[in-house]
Amino acid sequence: MTDQAYNFAYLDEQTKRMIRRAILKGLAIPGYQVPFASREMPMPYGWGTGGVQVSAAVLTPDDRFKVIDQGADDTTNAVSIRSFFERTAGVATTTVTADASIIQTRHRIPEEPLTEGQVLVYQVPIPEPLRFLEPRESETRKMHALEEYGLMHVKLYEDIARHGHIATSYAYPVKVEGRYVMDPSPIPKFDNPKMGDMAAIQLFGAGREQRIYALPPYTQVISLDFEDHPFEASKANHACGLCGSEDSYLDEVIIDDAGGRMFVCSDTDYCEARQAAGHKGQDAA
Amino acid sequence: MYVAVKGGERAIENAHAWLAEERRGDTSIAELSVAQIREQLSLAVDRVMAEGSLYDPDLAALAIKQARGDLIEAIFLIRAYRTTLPRFGASEPVDTGAMACDRRISATFKDLPGGQVLGPTFDYTHRLLDFKLVADGEVPDAPTRDPEPGDVPHVTDFLNREGLIEEAPQDDTPPSDLTRQPLEMPAERALRLQALTRADEGFTLGLAYSTQRGYARNHAFVGELRIGAVPVEMDIPELGFAVEIGEVTLTECETINQFKGSKTQPPQFTRGYGLVFGQSERKAISMALVDRALRWEELGEDFEGAPAQDAEFVLYHADNIQATGFLEHIKLPHYVDFQSELELVRKLRREAGADQVQEAAE
Repeated sequence: MTDQAYNFAYLDEQTKRMIRRAILKGLAIPGYQVPFASREMPMPYGWGTGGVQVSAAVLTPDDRFKVIDQGADDTTNAVSIRSFFERTAGVATTTVTADASIIQTRHRIPEEPLTEGQVLVYQVPIPEPLRFLEPRESETRKMHALEEYGLMHVKLYEDIARHGHIATSYAYPVKVEGRYVMDPSPIPKFDNPKMGDMAAIQLFGAGREQRIYALPPYTQVISLDFEDHPFEASKANHACGLCGSEDSYLDEVIIDDAGGRMFVCSDTDYCEARQAAGHKGQDAA
Repeated sequence: MYVAVKGGERAIENAHAWLAEERRGDTSIAELSVAQIREQLSLAVDRVMAEGSLYDPDLAALAIKQARGDLIEAIFLIRAYRTTLPRFGASEPVDTGAMACDRRISATFKDLPGGQVLGPTFDYTHRLLDFKLVADGEVPDAPTRDPEPGDVPHVTDFLNREGLIEEAPQDDTPPSDLTRQPLEMPAERALRLQALTRADEGFTLGLAYSTQRGYARNHAFVGELRIGAVPVEMDIPELGFAVEIGEVTLTECETINQFKGSKTQPPQFTRGYGLVFGQSERKAISMALVDRALRWEELGEDFEGAPAQDAEFVLYHADNIQATGFLEHIKLPHYVDFQSELELVRKLRREAGADQVQEAAE
């Protein structure tokens, strides 16, 4: 049931038009952060208001909507956002990655490759990849304009000098089409390679910071690295305890107070589908 | 044995039901009405209207009731509601000179046209708990007097006649609207004032206090503080003239600040300005002090590196709805990021451990 007091997908049409303009601009300049007049949403800033506004602007009544948080459809905030759109837009929802036309995500890219016609909407807390190197927005915008990314390389180099490795494991910066350095949102760097050459449209919404950016399908996205320290997508060196998958991203679950733990897929839909197909991990019942 | 967690939906529903029960409290105690909140907690209502940027005492009172008295939560409810409202147009600028003042004081002149009016202030109350209120809140009527006839002119205008204070910069270009355009730096004064008037009272107070203690000190006198109702007029295109559509209570503070003069300016007092919905004088004074501190550049002063001078620092962190949302989002699951950090730290420790063993062997 749609809540009659509000417009389809909550936002008024004027606001959606403003957001769509920002999205189109973002798609035209991949990786560039487009300022937009983010609205107060009925959920707190920092809880996906950017993603929600982007989803609201691109949703149509025929869409099938999926929401994941940490890869799972059943985490509380994913449940909350899904029911928000069930209520305000009355759209069909699904947990099956392949069935969804729009997927809103926080911190993960689904394991199953996305296809043409799908849209992946990321919730972004801090859209500026240079923010923790330079707190001033006026400065970072200048740095992007001048393609002045030396500071970022120095930071990565210092990591290597100090730790022997680049000490960034999530929100690992990428370069888009050889131009803009972009924050991929706090996905684990394991997911970074999936961003490049993706068949689906990728949209990024940062509500509190009032920024939208985008990657059109089949965009070149390269994780920053050095020739002698190449980028490496890493994950826990285990197989999923439930479905036995060797190549999905794993969460570590503590199962007793004596150091016992097991590893399970963070992508619940992927894991369930594998179990349904008869795959079994070593901890499966 | 671990199974993937299920049941988020039911947990959320049950949490909401419990919350509603807690909000109501002991049902043997009479329920609080929205009208009681509006009338008897009116300063809380004023704060919610000011920081919620919506002048509606009934809705603000409802929000306070729904939020169990958590004012930032109430402000959030109002903000989320206001953003859905259609815009019919903009009012004419309000004329605070025509304010029906409940309170009007100047700290710079002993007496002045329009008089000093204390009004309903806590200022000279002794902060002793009034135990009579536990039993009985009835009060005798306060004495009344007819207001002085005529407008109450602004104190700064008197100074201006002598050229002792800077001209208030006049600019008739329509200011940008903070709620309709993204905040971009550098922000002109009109935009800064919009952000400050809805800024968190505590944050603004802390910043203002820091200027008094030497972080960009600008020695402010309260030239004038006034509280009262002003009519709101709106130009109706079909009529071709402005009509009064209601009135709002405002608190306005104009500070007179020291200024030694610079290469381009003769010695002159300078201005800070605060204007807030409702009776919120702590906020209005704070706002005026921070406004003045942020004006360092246009007045040719030095940037001392003080937080209150730094427009990006002040404006990007003053909004309590943005701040509380982002702060509290760290309650959300971060398993995935944490897992990647775990892997990295384990790897770095493994390598560090290996190095130590090797060193010991050598």
